[in-house]
Amino acid sequence: MIETRGLRKSFRSRAGRETKTVDAVRGVNLEVAEGEIFGFLGPNGAGKTTTLRMLATLIEPDGGDATIAGADLRKDPAEVRRRIGYVPQGGSTWDESTAREELVLHARMYGIGKADAQRRAARALDAFQLTEYADRKCKTYSGGQRRRVEIALGIIHEPKIVFLDEPTTGLDPQSRAHMWDEIRRLRADGMTVFITTHYLDEADALCDRIAIMDNGELVAEGTPAELKREISGDVVLVGIDLTATEQATKALDGEPYVNKLETADEGGLRLYVDDGATAIPQVLRRLDHAGLELRSIELHRPSLDDVFLTKTGRSLRES
Amino acid sequence: MKFARDTWLIFQRQTQLLLRNPVWVFVGVFQPVMYLLLFAPLLKPALNAPTQAAAYKIFVPGLLVLLAIFGGLFQGFGLIAELRAGVIERSRVTPISRLALLLGRSLRDVVSLIVQAVIITLLALLFDLRVFLGDLLLAYLMLALIALMTSAVSYGVALKVKSEDALAPLMNTVAQPVLLLSGILLPLTFAPGWLQGIADWNPFSWAVDGTRALFAGDLGSDKVWQGLSITAVLAALGVYWAARQFARSVR
Repeated sequence: MIETRGLRKSFRSRAGRETKTVDAVRGVNLEVAEGEIFGFLGPNGAGKTTTLRMLATLIEPDGGDATIAGADLRKDPAEVRRRIGYVPQGGSTWDESTAREELVLHARMYGIGKADAQRRAARALDAFQLTEYADRKCKTYSGGQRRRVEIALGIIHEPKIVFLDEPTTGLDPQSRAHMWDEIRRLRADGMTVFITTHYLDEADALCDRIAIMDNGELVAEGTPAELKREISGDVVLVGIDLTATEQATKALDGEPYVNKLETADEGGLRLYVDDGATAIPQVLRRLDHAGLELRSIELHRPSLDDVFLTKTGRSLRES
Repeated sequence: MKFARDTWLIFQRQTQLLLRNPVWVFVGVFQPVMYLLLFAPLLKPALNAPTQAAAYKIFVPGLLVLLAIFGGLFQGFGLIAELRAGVIERSRVTPISRLALLLGRSLRDVVSLIVQAVIITLLALLFDLRVFLGDLLLAYLMLALIALMTSAVSYGVALKVKSEDALAPLMNTVAQPVLLLSGILLPLTFAPGWLQGIADWNPFSWAVDGTRALFAGDLGSDKVWQGLSITAVLAALGVYWAARQFARSVR
C-alpha cells in the first residue's frame, strides 16, 4: 500500500548568523501492507511527522521516492491526494464552523457533489456519534469530540489509506480508549491506517506492525511481538523457597529452552527464555518432577521500551 | 471548470463565515464615514474647490482607494489564524486547486470591499456628490483590482511570515509610504516637484488619479486606462505570486 525508497528531507535552520542543516529524515525505506494499522514510533523530533508530511504530499522530499496506494508521490502528487486521508496533529477544524459544515466542505474539496457530500457528512456524524453536536460550533466541543470530527474529515472521501499524526495526544484515558476503537473500526472497514505515536502502549496495543524511528532513521521494523522477541526473549521469574534454590537450579540448568539462568536477589530464579508462554508449562513440569514446591511464577515480557533501549542505547521515556 | 467550482466553494465558505459575524460591516464603514463627516468639510476651503460637491469628487475616490488598499493588506491576519487552526493544511492535502484556495478568499475580500464602497458612495450622494453610473462601475472595477492585489499579497506574505507579530509591522511599513505617496488624502498637484517625481513610481498614485478622473466624469482621460492597466497587471502578478505560496510547503 505504501512503499518508500530512500526518502530524505533536511531543513535549514538559522540560529543567529549561522545556518545549520538539520537532516530530519535520512533515507527511510518502508513497506506498509494493505489493511494493516502501521505504527510509526519514536521520540519527539525523530522525524516521524516530517516523514508523514512527505507521504501526505505536504512537503516535497529532497531525495528518494514513494508509491502510495499505487500512485507515485513525486510524479503524481495530485493522484496521491485523491487516494489518501490525512489528520494533522494540531487539529484541523475552524472554531466558528459546525462539524457538519466542515464535513460537507471537506468532502466537496475532493470534488464530491453537494448532495452526496451532505449524505456522507450525515453518515460520518452518525458513525462517530457526533450527530447530537453536528450543528454546534466546533469551539464548543470537548477535545475528544473535536478529534473525532477531525478523523471523520480525514476519511470523508473514503481513502484507501489514512494518515493519523499522533491521534491520541492530549486526550484523557477514556477518550483515548474510545479513539483506539475508532481506529480499529477504520481497519475493519478495509482501510490501511498509518499512525505516528510516542506512546509505547499505544503502538503495542493498537498496531499490527510498527517501525521505530530515531534521529531521522528507522532503527527497527516488525510486529510488536516480533520486535520484542528479537530483542531479549522473555524472562520467567520462578519464586521458590531460599532453601530450595540450589536444587531448583540443578533441575532447570541445562534444560534446552533456558538460555540463561540467574539467581534473583530477592530469592528465586530468573530464567531467560525465547518464548515464555511455552517455557512456563515445561518449568512447572520439571519442578514438579523434582518434587520442589513453587511459590509463584511470573512471566516478564520485554516492552517496546526495551526494544528502543537496545536499538538506540537510551530509553524512549528519557528522550 | 474544476477551478471555477473550487474557487466558488472557497468563496462561499469564506463569505458564510464573514456573514456570521456582521460586525465587520460596521467596523469597515465606520472609519470612512468619520472621514466623510469630520475631515471632508475642511476640504472645500483647503482645496479651493468651488463647491462642497466638487471637493467630494476629489476626496471620495481617494477614500475608496484607501479603503481598498488597507482592507486588502490586513486580510493576512485571518489567514494566520486559519494556518494555526490547521485549516490550510487540511485543505492542502485535498486535490483542490491551490489558486482557488487563494482566489476564493481574495474574491470574498473584493466583494466585501465593494459592499463598503457602495455604502460610502450612497452616503456621499447625500452630500451632493454626483457620478455617472458607467463611470462609477469602472471606478469600482479599479477598486476591485486594487483589493484583489493587496489581499493576495497580504495572504502570500502571511504564508511566508506565519505570525501576526511579523505581519503587522510589515504591512504598516508598506502601507504608510504608499498612502502618503498616492495623493489619497490631498491631491499631489500640491506636492513639490521631487515628491511628484517619487509618486510617479507609486502604482497606487496612478490608481488614485484614474479613479478621480472617473469620478470627475472624465472617461476619455489617459489616466483612466493607465490606472486600470497598471492595477490589472499588478493584481495578476500578486495573485500569481500568492498562489505559489499556497502551493509551496507551509509548515
